[in-house]
Amino acid sequence: MNTASTAGYLDRLLQGRPPASSLPWLNQLRANAVDRVGALTVPTTRDEDWRFTDISPLTKLSFQPAQRAPQLAPATVDRWAVPEAAARLVFIDGIYAPRHSFNHAGLTAENLASNTIGHGAGVQAHLGRHAGFEHNAFTALNTAFLHDGALIVVPRDMTLAAPVHLLFIATRKHGASYPRCLVIAESGSAVTVVEDFVALDNEAYLTNAVTEMALAGNAQVRHVRVQRDSTEAFHFADCAVSLARASRYHSISVALGARISRHNLRALLAAEGAECTIDGLALIGGRQLADTHTLIDHAMPQGVSRQLHKCIVDGAARAVFNGNIMVRAGAQRTDSSQSSRNLLLSGKARVDTKPQLEIFADDVKCAHGATVGQLDVDEVFYLKSRGLSDTAARNLLTYAFGAEVIERIPVASLRSRLEEAVLARTQTAATGTAPQL
Amino acid sequence: MIYQDSKTLLAVRGLHATVNGIEILKGMDLTVRSGEVHAIMGPNGSGKSTFAKVLAGHPAYEVSGGEVLFEGGKLLELKPEERARAGVFLGFQYPIEIPGVANSQFLRLAYNTVQAGRGKDELDPLEFDDFVREKMKLLEMNPDFLDRSVNEGFSGGEKKRNEILQMALLEPKLAILDETDSGLDIDALRIVAGGVNALANRDNAIVLVTHYQRLLNYIVPDYVHVMDSGRIVKTGGKELALELEARGYDWVGAELKAGVRAST
Repeated sequence: MNTASTAGYLDRLLQGRPPASSLPWLNQLRANAVDRVGALTVPTTRDEDWRFTDISPLTKLSFQPAQRAPQLAPATVDRWAVPEAAARLVFIDGIYAPRHSFNHAGLTAENLASNTIGHGAGVQAHLGRHAGFEHNAFTALNTAFLHDGALIVVPRDMTLAAPVHLLFIATRKHGASYPRCLVIAESGSAVTVVEDFVALDNEAYLTNAVTEMALAGNAQVRHVRVQRDSTEAFHFADCAVSLARASRYHSISVALGARISRHNLRALLAAEGAECTIDGLALIGGRQLADTHTLIDHAMPQGVSRQLHKCIVDGAARAVFNGNIMVRAGAQRTDSSQSSRNLLLSGKARVDTKPQLEIFADDVKCAHGATVGQLDVDEVFYLKSRGLSDTAARNLLTYAFGAEVIERIPVASLRSRLEEAVLARTQTAATGTAPQL
Repeated sequence: MIYQDSKTLLAVRGLHATVNGIEILKGMDLTVRSGEVHAIMGPNGSGKSTFAKVLAGHPAYEVSGGEVLFEGGKLLELKPEERARAGVFLGFQYPIEIPGVANSQFLRLAYNTVQAGRGKDELDPLEFDDFVREKMKLLEMNPDFLDRSVNEGFSGGEKKRNEILQMALLEPKLAILDETDSGLDIDALRIVAGGVNALANRDNAIVLVTHYQRLLNYIVPDYVHVMDSGRIVKTGGKELALELEARGYDWVGAELKAGVRAST
């Protein structure tokens, strides 16, 4: 891939941006992002950060943003409904669909484009501030398209047990969408946000999402991210989370779809006593590629982080995990652990896992480990000694491997839906009868 | 218990087995009839656990000689799952943990698979729940065990009770219990042994593989066999276990060598 043609590629993606906002600062942010896109290039495997992720298939296709969203019947949208949801925002090809969305009293869950003014100061303080686009062409592109998006503001001390469901539906072949999400959890508040990426058909399209979350002191955010895009799709996502004093953030990301996906997640423990838990599962097969890059940045003392990332890779698929844990000089008494566990189901499957610890403080507790393997012979034998066929035993163990992450999802309906999806995947991964669970 | 008219369940003849090219079993002979309880004892490394795993079909062990008949059929030609369905059960020394799968799901799957293999009726989740709760009373198990992941976070005693619960559900003709007493405190030992005793009947047989005599105070064997270097070197009644407890294993080997010298 040569630089000249890929630079041109990003310029072509910039076509069809939404109209200007009435807010000068927002237009300035977008203009800065447009400039940055002009200076950046499509990453290649020569870039250290993209070493294992060859996205050149993307540049062989061209994608255009939707100018208006198609109408979808309520029954179509409700295929992906989360019955527990207190509020729902639906975006079709990146465009806000108010008729499918509903709010919750006391909570702001609205379209970013139409409500930025009302929440001007709060939004201005956070939008584009956490997810920097200096070095990331996709984040810059998303910011250049800033218009519709999810704005969630959880007022001080509000505890919302039911989740807020953000549903992003892709409907068009060769469509490009730029989902944007900003969550502001005010002090002492608690919320569960589900970001859910789905497709109407198994087409090639581009989803380029950016999510920013700001947790004030003692706030709690549980963040579920389900990427069940078309297996022909390209999915790039950049999520940046900032944690204030004694706040707690729990992320659970599940990647099932996309031909090529890249998920960046950065959590900045910006004040004392912040805690974050980051769990991830990629379940892929065929010729899929799923890349997860995480950075847990312990900037202040007494932070706690826990991370479990799992990949189940079948066919000729490829998973990439890069888990960076940074403990800065002032971040004494940091307690951090990270585990990367990978299951290869076929001889052609491949995983590249790279735990990365950078510790500049001396009084810290950091543990990390990575395993790559096939199903354990003794585990398979145990199940077979109870009468299960080889296939049933392997399916059950594969399912269990994934279920360990899925069972951490705090939304029952989504959890059981995903358990079914994992079960269906593990059943098709092998031949013969599958366990009846 | 020894019955005069009982039929032979298991006949092991000159069994040799290797792991990674190293011979562990070197001419094992054993006959087990229905109704009987056998104890296989012996020092560490004598091949007791290997024998148990070979009978259940563990893929790491290669049979290099001899034969095993189970109810007259060639056991070694069956896959592990076929052996289980035919009525061979191995209680594991170290039962594996399966995070993410509820114990109730696993138990029902195993039960229904084996039932189907035997041409018997399967149970739906509600029916199975009643059935398994009844069996759990035998082992004084809290119903919470059904909702927890298979063996995950179970204590040593809880894991062994879960093994015997599987034995109760699968109703094997031949149960081989590998070091079922290891890691058990005295109360757990009493409960586990009580469960095994309740399951023993005239139509099945139990082979206890154990290093210590302690278990045999609770499950009284009809025969005690001593293994050494991959085969049975001495067989006696339950009193042999007491003698081993008092004198250790060395004298058996010494007696054997003396016997070999005397006969040559």
